[in-house]
Amino acid sequence: MKYLDEYRDSQVAGKIANEIRRAATRKWVLMEVCGGQTHSIVKYGLDYLLPENIELVHGPGCPVCVTSLEMIDKAHAIARRPNVIFCSFGDMLRVPGSDGDLFKIKAEGGAVRIVYSPLDCLKIARQNPDKQVVFFAIGFETTAPANSMAVWQAHVQGIRNFSVLVSHVLVPPAIMGILQSPGNRVQAFLGPGHVCAVVGWTEYEPIVDQFRVPIVITGFEPIDILQGVLLTVRQLEQGRADLENAYARAVRREGNSEAQAMIHRVFEVCDRGWRGIGTIPQSGYQLREEFREHDAERLFHVEGIRTEEPSICISGQVLKGLAKPTDCSAFGSRCTPETPLGATMVSAEGACAAYYNYGRHLISADSLAVHG
Amino acid sequence: MPTEFALSCPLPITERKNIIMGHGSGGKLTAQLVRDLFLPAFDNAILRKLDDQAVVTAGSERLAFTTDSYVVTPIFFPGGDIGDLAVNGTVNDLAMSGAKPLFLSAAFIMEEGLPVEELARVVESMGKAARRAGVSIVTGDTKVVNKGSADRLFVTTAGIGLVPAGVNISASNAQPGDRILISGSIGDHGMAVLSKREGLEFEGTIQSDTAALNDLVRVMLEAGDVHVLRDPTRGGLATSLCEIATSSGTGVEIDAQTLLVRDDVRGACEILGLDPLWVANEGKLVAFVPAASAAPVLAAMRGHEHGRDARIIGQVVDRHTGFALLKTEIGGTRVLDLPFTEQLPRIC
Repeated sequence: MKYLDEYRDSQVAGKIANEIRRAATRKWVLMEVCGGQTHSIVKYGLDYLLPENIELVHGPGCPVCVTSLEMIDKAHAIARRPNVIFCSFGDMLRVPGSDGDLFKIKAEGGAVRIVYSPLDCLKIARQNPDKQVVFFAIGFETTAPANSMAVWQAHVQGIRNFSVLVSHVLVPPAIMGILQSPGNRVQAFLGPGHVCAVVGWTEYEPIVDQFRVPIVITGFEPIDILQGVLLTVRQLEQGRADLENAYARAVRREGNSEAQAMIHRVFEVCDRGWRGIGTIPQSGYQLREEFREHDAERLFHVEGIRTEEPSICISGQVLKGLAKPTDCSAFGSRCTPETPLGATMVSAEGACAAYYNYGRHLISADSLAVHG
Repeated sequence: MPTEFALSCPLPITERKNIIMGHGSGGKLTAQLVRDLFLPAFDNAILRKLDDQAVVTAGSERLAFTTDSYVVTPIFFPGGDIGDLAVNGTVNDLAMSGAKPLFLSAAFIMEEGLPVEELARVVESMGKAARRAGVSIVTGDTKVVNKGSADRLFVTTAGIGLVPAGVNISASNAQPGDRILISGSIGDHGMAVLSKREGLEFEGTIQSDTAALNDLVRVMLEAGDVHVLRDPTRGGLATSLCEIATSSGTGVEIDAQTLLVRDDVRGACEILGLDPLWVANEGKLVAFVPAASAAPVLAAMRGHEHGRDARIIGQVVDRHTGFALLKTEIGGTRVLDLPFTEQLPRIC
């Protein structure tokens, strides 16, 4: 398939892996920021193609994983209302709140629907004028354009029975949080390709300068990721800290200005709580005041819900890159995708779930390693 | 900026008090129901084998016996409908034991308000499918429930067939050295239904592969020795391979480069964030055959209308027993595991 197979070519992959092996003279710790990148790495076994002195740690870029427990409890409270059709991206359905997940609410009679686009919710709202249609607007800068567009369209078209529960998060504050946290091991980042396709990379330039840390904007296919690793390792070996773009077919420095305009028309930056991490100032989007009639938190009076997150697992350390999923004693035994104990196990993109789904708990690393 | 990352976790969901959709996915939740609920209540040696069909003895004959319910939405989809699906599915479950399917029953649960014209189309399609497969629908039942108590139409079929003397096919029969053959492309049925359900329009329409495979099985058995047959329906090829590895106590290894996924199916999977390895097929089979039989069985498959794209995708090994491994397109390796529930589309 064109534009896909080129980026999954085993010969090219082997060639880049060899170049990485030649380039890396010592140990380096890189973090891939995006959940989609983590997923690809584990799905294709990319980490086993890399030399042993290159360690990939899996970042906080899984939006489903980092959505706070409190926000999920709010979502569940709304989804339980009898007059509500609650719409969500698919993998949010099995994220546990304090009392069950959206699957459970659906089984108990709640109208919970999976949508692929928030704009589908407008259609549902028009078809069900006697119901309140609520969309759980989560995600990084990547989902913000479509989510803001849905609110804008509802506003323009006067669709009164559509609202959004907003829990948007932003990547740059999370990267800074990781770099500033004690014990940080991350020496360079594979930057979030799709986030940068929307917002460009100007926000990342100050981070590179301030922390002297290489950031290479990287795509999601196997060849993209290996190319990102190669450029990052070269920078580290040469003692450089630059912003490089290894995803030029999708990303420009200024990003997509129309998408940004829509985001800023509807959303404004706010403090945001991250599951497994805590509150990070200025790290999320919320609805602007003029769109309050579409704000589900206000409409359903769930602002008062406060949830403390119990500390059981090591997901915070995994999200920060201090631990691997397999370092956790509960991984694969007490903590599985069926019974997730922590943020990183709940979504298919979470590092623990990616490890689990691709069987990393079942088989020793040696059997998966590529020999010869 | 936070100076320290707080560790935070939700409490686990240790058990389900209600049935959720995942219990019908053919994955781990389904297996849990069968293991914890049905097996203890019905316990017997035949059921304990957990094959797709029971093989029972009646006099000197061995009979294959199976049943399956069909609740597909929408009931008409590109390439088929709930009717031919219900016939082909049960015929295939019988055929996967090597049996010659003979007789089917059909039971209909109809929702009040269902247009008679739609029921007529389904029933006609079942008749055609039965004639094509060489089976007779010899008994049946109809029930009507209040509007809202069912989704238009549910169909349950059961079937019996005769297992020829000397044929012994079971998921537990895989042996190290066996070659793994598949009769064609994967993911067609699941993506045909899903694309229609989601109202997704791709270039061209993805067609379901629903087909009766009993004649394909017949020519395969004539060509050589066959240890295992499975039709990778719900849960897809990966689920079937996991089950066979577990059931036979062997290791399974397949190569992603050898798999055939039609371009439109792949495109739909990429867009919807799904993996074709876990997507349902309704007209494909996977066969485990001893190395010596691989070439003649493959040739027989390729000479049949339902096996034109047949290919060898891997082999059985005596390592990592109970697990199926995939060599990825770029030379990495990963484990194929049973899904927890139906695949959920990823957010990005």
